[in-house]
Amino acid sequence: MRHHAVKTESSKPKLVFVGNGMAGTRTLEELLTLTPDKYDISVIGEEHFGNYNRIMLSPVLAGEKTIENIMLNDDEWYRRNNVVFYKGEQAVAIDRVKRQVTTRNGKCIPYDRLVLATGSTPFRIPVPGNDLTNVLTFRDIDDVNNMLQLSRHKQHAAVIGGGLLGLEAANGLRKQGMDVTVVHAYDAILNRQLDKTASRLLQDTLEQKGIRFLMNAATDSIQGNADNEVCGLNFKDGRQLAVDMVVMATGVQPNISLAKSCGLQCDRGILVNDVMQSFDPAIYAVGECVQHRGQLFGLVAPGYDQARVCANHLAELGIARYTQKALATQLKITGIQAFSAGQFDHVPDSEEITFFDGQLGHYKKLVIKDNQLVGAVLYGDTQDGGWFFELIQQQTDISPIRDQLIFGKDFCQWPEQATAPLPAAA
Amino acid sequence: MVNRSTCAYCGVGCGIEIHTNSDGSTSVKGDFEHPANFGKLCSKGSSLAHTLTGEGRLLHPKIHGLRASWEQATHYVASEFTRIIDEHGPQAVAFYVSGQLLTEDYYVANKLMKGFIGSANIDTNSRLCMSSAVAAYKRAFGEDSVPASYEDLEIADLIVLTGSNTAWCHPILFQRIKSAKAARPQMKVVVIDPRRTATCEIADLHLAIKPGTDVALFNGLLNHLQASGKTDAQYIQQHCEGFEAAMASARQAGDIQQVATLCDLPASDVAEFYQWFADTERTLTCFSQGINQSSQGTDKGNAIINCHLATGRVGKPGASPFSLTGQPNAMGGREVGGLANQLAAHMEFNPQDLKQVSEFWQAPNIARTPGLKAVDLFDAVAAGTVKAVWVMGTNPAVSLPNAGKVVQALQQAELLVVSDCIETTDTSTYAQVLLPAAGWGEKDGTVTNSERRISRQKGALEPLGEARQDWRILTDVAAAMGFAEHFPYTTAADVFREHARLTRLNRHSPRKLDLGNLAELSEQQYDELAPVQWPVLDNMDSQRLYGDGHFSTDSGKARFVAVAYSGVSHPVSPDWPLALNTGRIRDQWHTMTRTALAPPLNAHKPEPFVEIHPDTAADMGLEDQKLARIQSPWGSAILRVNVTDSLRRGELFVPMHWNDQWARGARIGELVNPAVDPISGQPESKHTPCRIEPWHPQWSAVMLSRDNLPIPDCDYAAKIRGKHFYRYELAGDATATDLTAQAQQFADTDAEPSVLYQDPRQPAMRSAWLDAGGLRTCIYIGPGNSGIIANADRNWLSGLFGKPELDAIERKALLSGKSPAGVEDCGRTICACFGVGEKTILKAIREHRLTDAAAVGKLLKAGTNCGSCVSEIKGLLAAN
Repeated sequence: MRHHAVKTESSKPKLVFVGNGMAGTRTLEELLTLTPDKYDISVIGEEHFGNYNRIMLSPVLAGEKTIENIMLNDDEWYRRNNVVFYKGEQAVAIDRVKRQVTTRNGKCIPYDRLVLATGSTPFRIPVPGNDLTNVLTFRDIDDVNNMLQLSRHKQHAAVIGGGLLGLEAANGLRKQGMDVTVVHAYDAILNRQLDKTASRLLQDTLEQKGIRFLMNAATDSIQGNADNEVCGLNFKDGRQLAVDMVVMATGVQPNISLAKSCGLQCDRGILVNDVMQSFDPAIYAVGECVQHRGQLFGLVAPGYDQARVCANHLAELGIARYTQKALATQLKITGIQAFSAGQFDHVPDSEEITFFDGQLGHYKKLVIKDNQLVGAVLYGDTQDGGWFFELIQQQTDISPIRDQLIFGKDFCQWPEQATAPLPAAA
Repeated sequence: MVNRSTCAYCGVGCGIEIHTNSDGSTSVKGDFEHPANFGKLCSKGSSLAHTLTGEGRLLHPKIHGLRASWEQATHYVASEFTRIIDEHGPQAVAFYVSGQLLTEDYYVANKLMKGFIGSANIDTNSRLCMSSAVAAYKRAFGEDSVPASYEDLEIADLIVLTGSNTAWCHPILFQRIKSAKAARPQMKVVVIDPRRTATCEIADLHLAIKPGTDVALFNGLLNHLQASGKTDAQYIQQHCEGFEAAMASARQAGDIQQVATLCDLPASDVAEFYQWFADTERTLTCFSQGINQSSQGTDKGNAIINCHLATGRVGKPGASPFSLTGQPNAMGGREVGGLANQLAAHMEFNPQDLKQVSEFWQAPNIARTPGLKAVDLFDAVAAGTVKAVWVMGTNPAVSLPNAGKVVQALQQAELLVVSDCIETTDTSTYAQVLLPAAGWGEKDGTVTNSERRISRQKGALEPLGEARQDWRILTDVAAAMGFAEHFPYTTAADVFREHARLTRLNRHSPRKLDLGNLAELSEQQYDELAPVQWPVLDNMDSQRLYGDGHFSTDSGKARFVAVAYSGVSHPVSPDWPLALNTGRIRDQWHTMTRTALAPPLNAHKPEPFVEIHPDTAADMGLEDQKLARIQSPWGSAILRVNVTDSLRRGELFVPMHWNDQWARGARIGELVNPAVDPISGQPESKHTPCRIEPWHPQWSAVMLSRDNLPIPDCDYAAKIRGKHFYRYELAGDATATDLTAQAQQFADTDAEPSVLYQDPRQPAMRSAWLDAGGLRTCIYIGPGNSGIIANADRNWLSGLFGKPELDAIERKALLSGKSPAGVEDCGRTICACFGVGEKTILKAIREHRLTDAAAVGKLLKAGTNCGSCVSEIKGLLAAN
């Protein structure tokens, strides 16, 4: 019966991607590299664009790049690779028995293998007024266009959330000429990505750029005017802030409603195994919508790793397995270099090597545990971040180069017998 | 403008031209017309202009640390000396002077002390240098007269260099020998030295003799000469006395095999040396501190001279026993009588000489007996019998043996006056009165070099601050003490003429010292005096002395001296198993007050060190370039280990130079035993029993600073002056608790460091202070065995001080201590994820002919993580 339902002109199995974001597209690219002709492939993408580099939206907001600059694959690319691209289509249902995806426009797209790359949705803090006009989020090209448009006739913006995205939004809006206040619920910005020292340095730099900060500020409500437009923020401690635009950058939630509706096992994300298969072996999931071994993902690097594994499995090579790695994060604000990787805050039984050049505003901290680098925070000079990240991931015994480690690869010379250090875990 | 002068350093006495440029700066060149050097200069002499700096100069008189006028200071010194003499007699005061003083200075000091204070307590640092040679010459020839000339170095067929590292200590003479040997390869050179020094470069034979056994070696030689019929019986009979007694003593040395065993030499080498000496008429034996600085130094000198007398080889072309003196004016000091056991102008404390000199000086109160020699003098200060001592231009707290005791003596002296050109020395630290003396380049007078050649040392510069010529300081004090009419000098020439007139008294004796023809020089003639060897008489050849066999003794005959080997005063023992030898190094001079100011001279041997044979080092558990503690019964020091097989096993060599102004814990004089030669009073600085062990500091550090910082008070420290910077090598035993505070203390600043590195696991921290982007101070502290301290690239760091501003890579590299040479400036970061820079990408594109971003990513990883930079990489590809 299934055989009849999926019958098409081609004899090749059908592979359908729901989602045209970075993880999904990377899976597709990896697969095309491994086996270009194995599947008839279609992609359902909700946005009205081809595939673009989402994390470059910040430079677009800051006016440093255009949308064209950040496009990765255009329509021609899909054609060239024989991929059917359903642009601006939203998948609304999955029939796992019939193995077909239904779109909002009523299209039924059959599949033999399905990849869910539905990404995540910005989290709106649950306070009164969070749905007022001019309360925005920062996720996609539409959000950026909205912000750019508002910035032209509004003056006072608040960005709720002093995380990576919030700071990038604040910087972008400031660049567009707005008065910007970052509202943060903790006493240090980027508190999950930086330690206190780097956080302070970053805040100093941003303050010099004219961005204001309201720290330890828990939003109680968002106030609107008669036109239902936002006009202020009220905080739990009684402070108030008059604004005419609010950007919420308070985290994301995996988009799992589609998966849930078809009965796939989900927790906070779509549960997947080490080859990125959901509980239905025909359905895979990658990127920010998945939950792997209890973990959710908000960065591009693990999404790319997952893409590699998923593509490998789809290609039926079966030799890849996803393991979570230490993560590195990098702030995308021009002129500001901030990097962190691994564990760097109050790691038990660890030692911290620090470097500080106060005049240049360069700060580095390396966290060493059991002669291995387990974490790094870099501010100002992040050139060696990638190398530190490698050392963290490879669990290299750094004791022979400890004295020079913080100065980077160029200054570290391995002793003769260990020119090619093996990972300690190998 | 050009001023002709002579070098400030060794006894070679090279002629120097001081060029004063139009901008006021000075440079020096060798004087091509000076017969000592014919235009050549050694590393120290060439660097003299570097020492013409105001740095560290004493500019004003000081009493108890407070600036005083010359009038006040002169009056204070005069009245205190007078008071102490009144209370305790003339023996309660003393002068300790220097071979750095000019003859005129020496003359006035000697006249004041011996003639008018009435004590002979004036001794000089020449006591430490060549007093044994003086005594040996006097015993043999009846006068302290060096028979040879430098020209003999060129015409000798055999040169024996014994106890002389000529290459480093008399470099220009070494160059002369080397050139002569190159021109006449048949000329032979024998070096007798426990160490295989740089001098051995030209040696046909090196006898690495056991320290202290020289008498046996030369007695054996005398024995061999007689046994092989090479002695000159006629000469001995006509011109010498005491041969039989000397032979009897020499015979006890035994045959070659016995000598070789005692001296720890291969018998064949001894035989070869003896054979060459026996067969070579033109044999010149040059000896220096290795002979003189011994408890048997005088006997060693006479053992050498005996061999020359026995072969009639004295004062003949290419044939003489030739003492090479250490200091620029040791000879001038000897001539005026600046040693406590001389009176004046080679005259003695005998009734006849005393009468002559006291009449000449009109000094009825003249001292009648010899005074205290250097070591005894400071012992007397320590014992309180000498209460006032005036130290001129020397640094006994460093240079005397058992220097710790000397420091105690200086501390408890009732009155210590120091006249010097340098404000802070290990000695001046304890002075109540400091008198600023003119330094080299300013001083004006004469000096005499090792070949009896008197040269003008002419000032090219005005003395800095209120500094004055030493003779003038002494003249003023003499006047203030009530002797004005006897010290009427207004110019250096006044003093010189009187000195020359005094030497004329020798005309009525067999003595050779006579400057008679110079006694009537006009000021201008004095100013233009060409270098001249004494005696300066019309009817006498002064190039060599005693060639005619007529000596300065009453009988006119030279005296053999019966000498017997007696070993060192303090032999090694199971508790003190090693023998410590001390000496000079090539680029430093004495206590470094001048040479350490010249950056080029500090590069050769920057730190105080101890040389040790590899086997002995292994026995003692020492590693090359690590620190070691060396102890003797008299003191201890911490030094850097230099392992070298140029030493004999069981022996150590330590340079004599380092002191508290440039180091901590490195004053080797503290360890040196106080034994002296019974005749000359010269200390046995070449042999002290000691032991050595590794010293493992808790922490070590290297600091470089643009500023002249005080030396931190720690167990080991060495301060090195470089061009635009000072370097400090530091180590300590105490566990450091707050390294940041310690670094600030070392750097002598309250300011937070501009750049800071910390690693809490070990006591490790590195910090740097910059201003306007230029490097001011950087310091690296680590555990005692720290690799970063040992491996910090000092040369590269030194070079940073020449730059007004560090570039980005230098600044990043600074606290790594490693040069970024070879580290490419990778340019603006393009791929932040993998830290790939623009220049790196461009280079890869060009070198590997890359055409797309994927290829760049494959090669450099750039753009393969978040991909944010792919568009920029595409841009770079497009542009190339």
